[in-house]
Amino acid sequence: MGKLLEIQFADIIFKNPIVMASGTFGFGREYAEIYDIEKLGGLVSKGLTLHSRSGNPAIRVWETASGMINSVGLENPGIDAFIKNELPSMKSLNLVPIINISGLTLKDYIQACEKISNENVDMIELNISCPNIKENGIPFGIRESTTREVVRETRKVVQGPLMVKLSPDAENIVKIARICEEEGADAVSLVNTFKAFAIDIHKRKKVFDNTYAGLSGPCIKPIALRMVHEVSTNIKIPIMGIGGIMTYQDVLEFLLAGARAIQIGTANFINPRVGEEIIRDLENYLLNHQISNVSEIIGIVH
Amino acid sequence: MAIVAFNQQLKNNFYLLKIAGKYKADMGQFYMIRKDNPSMFLGRPMSVYDIEKDGIIFLYQVVGRGTSVLANCKKGETISINGPYGHGFPFDVNGSIALVGGGTGIAPLFFALKQLRKSNKMNVIDVFLGLQKKNDFESTFDYYSDRLIVVYGGFITDYIQYEHYNIIFSCGPEIMMKKIEQQSRIYHIEHYVSIEKRMACGVGACLVCSCQTKEGNKRVCKDGPVFRGEEIFYNG
Repeated sequence: MGKLLEIQFADIIFKNPIVMASGTFGFGREYAEIYDIEKLGGLVSKGLTLHSRSGNPAIRVWETASGMINSVGLENPGIDAFIKNELPSMKSLNLVPIINISGLTLKDYIQACEKISNENVDMIELNISCPNIKENGIPFGIRESTTREVVRETRKVVQGPLMVKLSPDAENIVKIARICEEEGADAVSLVNTFKAFAIDIHKRKKVFDNTYAGLSGPCIKPIALRMVHEVSTNIKIPIMGIGGIMTYQDVLEFLLAGARAIQIGTANFINPRVGEEIIRDLENYLLNHQISNVSEIIGIVH
Repeated sequence: MAIVAFNQQLKNNFYLLKIAGKYKADMGQFYMIRKDNPSMFLGRPMSVYDIEKDGIIFLYQVVGRGTSVLANCKKGETISINGPYGHGFPFDVNGSIALVGGGTGIAPLFFALKQLRKSNKMNVIDVFLGLQKKNDFESTFDYYSDRLIVVYGGFITDYIQYEHYNIIFSCGPEIMMKKIEQQSRIYHIEHYVSIEKRMACGVGACLVCSCQTKEGNKRVCKDGPVFRGEEIFYNG
């Protein structure tokens, strides 16, 4: 029973396949006040950049049917302050800490990865897909050439497991995933938020200063699931599925579609205890269906 | 999940929502309230209006889709409530206090008023309310305060005699709180403001409610919603 949910993902043992998504769980401190977050398989840090960022001004969130649009703009303390103030407590947790790295330029990505890689972290998630950085123009993960470049160059400086977080707005997400595999990524996570738009009809103006922003929540789930399914049949490295997961049934769909683990993001905002509840429900499902380990159901739906 | 004890419509699209159960919160703290409905995805942050033995009460005004969904909640229906969250008004205060509220900003001040009155430690507790129109709750403020001044459709800040107070708690439109902060500086008044922002998580993780302060970005949900006035209105 203890090993019911245990999985191996890119040579790392996770006690269960439930991981909290970047930008929705801080560095774990806030939710640790609400429940025992060491029940989780892993947690991905807030997206970090080489230098600190104060994020986007004005409105940062807008509600939509079955989802939300955010334009936080990667507010974060910068990699050095993170290593000093947050990394020790993240590392001390009995779960897999994953460090999410973003950048504006190739040089930023390389330098940030070098710094964090020197700290012997369990895993790095390379975010090449945030729609909320204006300076960046097009995220690296939209085009094949820029994806290849950023994965190749960061791979050279990252010693441990490297997971690349893909954009659903990629020109061809299957090709992008293959490029990550070819360039030596150990895993991919998909999908990040969709580039979206909202208009305030009362003001007759765009809601976000940045014009477009990132859509998340259950409204994106069926599309994210399709992308995980398509990618999983085309690569050998493991996939962490992300996109509107709210319940253990959603988790099962992603696992059946080919994800070895999953990330929960927006659902944390709706129910702060969703992480522990999904783990409990998933365990009950496996017990009730006489499945001895969760890996038995991964990718069995073609 | 909790049960709606009542959801009473007042004048001018204001509602009083009572959720059954045992609750404990500091004055100025808030809860995330959510009804499972296709038109409402995120919870809404609501400051505590009152706590009774068998439930907690929130005062809100219908302003959009989310609050319309809440307005349709009937007695006996389930509703989701998470909290209490954030840092509220300080309790280690004394002297003479003015509680100044505008619009729905009056909600946390009623809870503060009752708590301060119960503690029996203030010399004077005066209440100033700025409302668009006459409503049903003014008299309940009157009962607990030494003096109540209500202004309909005008600037409540014009009616405060600042020299009488050592401390002010305010909650309402930004322009109102800013004006009070300017006066507080002149009269050396300790001024605390409760800030309203769109939120998602409510616990300090998602950073959608960041606000600029004298000491850099702070999270309204976690570091606030109550701040020193000088932290927020630092440039003028």
